[in-house]
Amino acid sequence: MPKNILGREIPEFIEGYGKTLPFMGEHARKPEGNRAGPKLRAAFSDRTSKVVPDLKAAIAASGLKSGMTVSFHHHLRNGDFVVNAVIDACAEMGIRDLTLFPTALFGVHKKLIEHIKSGVIRRIMGSVNGPIGQMVSEGGMDVPVVLRSHGGRPRAVVSGDVKIDVAFVAAPTADAYGNLCGSQGKSACGSLGYAFTDAMYADCVVAVTDNLVPFPAAPVSIPQIYADIVAVMESIGDPAGIVSGTTRITRDPLRLLISKYASRLIEASPYFKEGISFQTGAGGISLAVTAFMKEAMKKRGVRGSFGLGGITGYFVDLLKEGYVEKLMDVQSFDLEAVKSIAENPNHIEISADWYANPWNAGTAVNMLDVVILGATEMDRDFNVNVNTEADGALLHGIGGHQDTAAGAKLTIISQPLLRGRIPCVVDQVYSVTTPGEVVDALVTEYGVTINPRRKDLIDACQAAGNVPLVSMDELVARAHEMCGPTDPVETENRIIGVIEWRDGTVIDVVKQLKKK
Amino acid sequence: MRLRRTMLYLPGNNPNMLLRGHLFAPDGLILDLEDAVAVREKDAARILIRDVLKRGEFGSCEVTVRINGLDTEYWRKDIETLVPLGRLDGVRAPKVDDAATVKQLDEALSEIEEKAGLEVGKTKIFCLLETARGIFNTYDIATASPRVTAVIPGGEDLTADLRTNRSPEGTELEGIRKSVIVAARAAGVDALDTVFPRITDDEGLKRETEFIKQLGFDGKSVIHPNQIPIIHEVFTPTEKEIERARKIVAAAKEAAERGLGAVQVDGRMVDAPVVKRALFTLTRAGLLEEGTDNA
Repeated sequence: MPKNILGREIPEFIEGYGKTLPFMGEHARKPEGNRAGPKLRAAFSDRTSKVVPDLKAAIAASGLKSGMTVSFHHHLRNGDFVVNAVIDACAEMGIRDLTLFPTALFGVHKKLIEHIKSGVIRRIMGSVNGPIGQMVSEGGMDVPVVLRSHGGRPRAVVSGDVKIDVAFVAAPTADAYGNLCGSQGKSACGSLGYAFTDAMYADCVVAVTDNLVPFPAAPVSIPQIYADIVAVMESIGDPAGIVSGTTRITRDPLRLLISKYASRLIEASPYFKEGISFQTGAGGISLAVTAFMKEAMKKRGVRGSFGLGGITGYFVDLLKEGYVEKLMDVQSFDLEAVKSIAENPNHIEISADWYANPWNAGTAVNMLDVVILGATEMDRDFNVNVNTEADGALLHGIGGHQDTAAGAKLTIISQPLLRGRIPCVVDQVYSVTTPGEVVDALVTEYGVTINPRRKDLIDACQAAGNVPLVSMDELVARAHEMCGPTDPVETENRIIGVIEWRDGTVIDVVKQLKKK
Repeated sequence: MRLRRTMLYLPGNNPNMLLRGHLFAPDGLILDLEDAVAVREKDAARILIRDVLKRGEFGSCEVTVRINGLDTEYWRKDIETLVPLGRLDGVRAPKVDDAATVKQLDEALSEIEEKAGLEVGKTKIFCLLETARGIFNTYDIATASPRVTAVIPGGEDLTADLRTNRSPEGTELEGIRKSVIVAARAAGVDALDTVFPRITDDEGLKRETEFIKQLGFDGKSVIHPNQIPIIHEVFTPTEKEIERARKIVAAAKEAAERGLGAVQVDGRMVDAPVVKRALFTLTRAGLLEEGTDNA
């Protein structure tokens, strides 16, 4: 069987996916041809409202038929009511065999399992986790899921790999002519970054709102030129699940220790200087790294240029206090971020295409100095797995992992060496999400492990004198010693998941778990 | 002179903490078999600590075990199991009320050390003074055996015995802390303060540490890793103190080379105790190897 550059066996053709292109390196695949486009349509002054009475009317008007592809964004996160409501309505209308193309799914969407079983949903292109992930891993879907990064997804759309028939865009505020905004309304979620490409490239765009305002709505994230239909629901989501309250920095001592080492690594690196840009996300370790970095920036009089990615209140404070000049926000995690994006012109809403798509004229991650990321496991070659758990089941989406790792000048994975008795370093990862060629360092409670190809970073850490360095061999040996050997995952031959690199080549496949 | 600014309690039934406690870089570790471990888990915890000690990875920490009280049936088994491994620097004995208790422990340790082929006297004793009687007998306790290396007033148990309770201001412990310091210095052992129980009150911890440092304490017991950097910062000498210590050490070195006794620094006589103090200041500042004894 053919292998990709990482030695992973990738069949030339995968049933339900099609012909594969094996991953051959970060920049190996070059785009050809032109962008794809949605179907042309015209609207004239005889129709000044796009509002329909309910979801079913919207679905009917959209022309959605069995076998088509529907897309959703995940800005309402675990509070989302829209995905379930739309698929319920489709089921009631007798529509089947849909391809679901979400930017991400959450626990709240486990209700979709019944629709998968009944055949309303035939295929998922997007991350599956929790109960759906378990079901897929055990062979519960006929067609493999396709996992793409936040940048790989818009790339697939603009290149024509994926054709969206109907995009359902949950909009916390909309007017009757389809101007959409994420930062206003009772279900406000801030940035609508992940919805932009879908709105621009779908053959039909249905905006779903619970806050219909007089025309024209302002501010506008996605303008009226893209929305075909506006459907009103009583509520598009539960605010408690959409945004978290104040994001607090962890007090877990182990995570704080890891954060301290990570921030020392950043401080020792050549990127810690005026104009530094960084992405740290919302996880416990990430936020603490940001806090330590702020202290270091204060002490050394360094000011940053921009913070990128998913934005929290902590980043908003950095902006207000002048530690960064701008925030580029593809996803607003908490209330403070939602408030800020509505009020502060230096807090910029960016699309997923702008954020991370490798196939445009230049994406935000390319300007990134430092990113802190997580992992479920990492191997001797610094390959990272974020998709599958130690038991081989699909666990997480890729998110912006591949994109930021590829773009940033310093990519740091921070993770405790052990989660319970499961080590985060292994001889070989079960699935590769992000190749070692774009990963620079791993930070655990035992210190900083630097990819040997970054000799410059090793030298910088040694010169700094306060960064405990530990080699990958040492770390793997320690993990072996503490945890003992792990039984290999037992699988069937059938492929249930395809992991694409951000350029559309296949970096790995995930196989069906053997019944226990 | 060993630094004992922070000694971190690690529950004896928690392998995660036992294996990783040293990563937080306290000056010392206390693997706890007493209060952190329920009666039905005593044996399991002892076995776990035994295996952790065999692994022997504790960074540069001083390693101690808090054994069960000498009024219980467990203490002898605790030391019989753990001391022969040769990895322990000391045992922390709870509820030490008088010199006799120390002598009893001393004899038992000697017997075990001898049998295990270890240097007799190697295992130091840290005495927890958790009753009014214990506090009253501090000096006798501290001088009851050359093994005694530190005395530690208790917190909760002691205040209960005093028929009061712990207040945020620590009024009830003020006199006790002062008397423990005097006895410890007279006996030539370290005085280590009790734990600060409010683990999220960083400001309160800082205030209390500044207070006990000013009284003369050498350090504090710690119940949460996040308390360690706060205490270390309080105990870290200021730039001015470091500068002065450097001058004293340099002058003393020069005097020794020239065969002189006392010398002057900034118009003040410098003799052996002052030099010792200066070396200690540099150790605390991390400018000398920990555990270096230049006195």
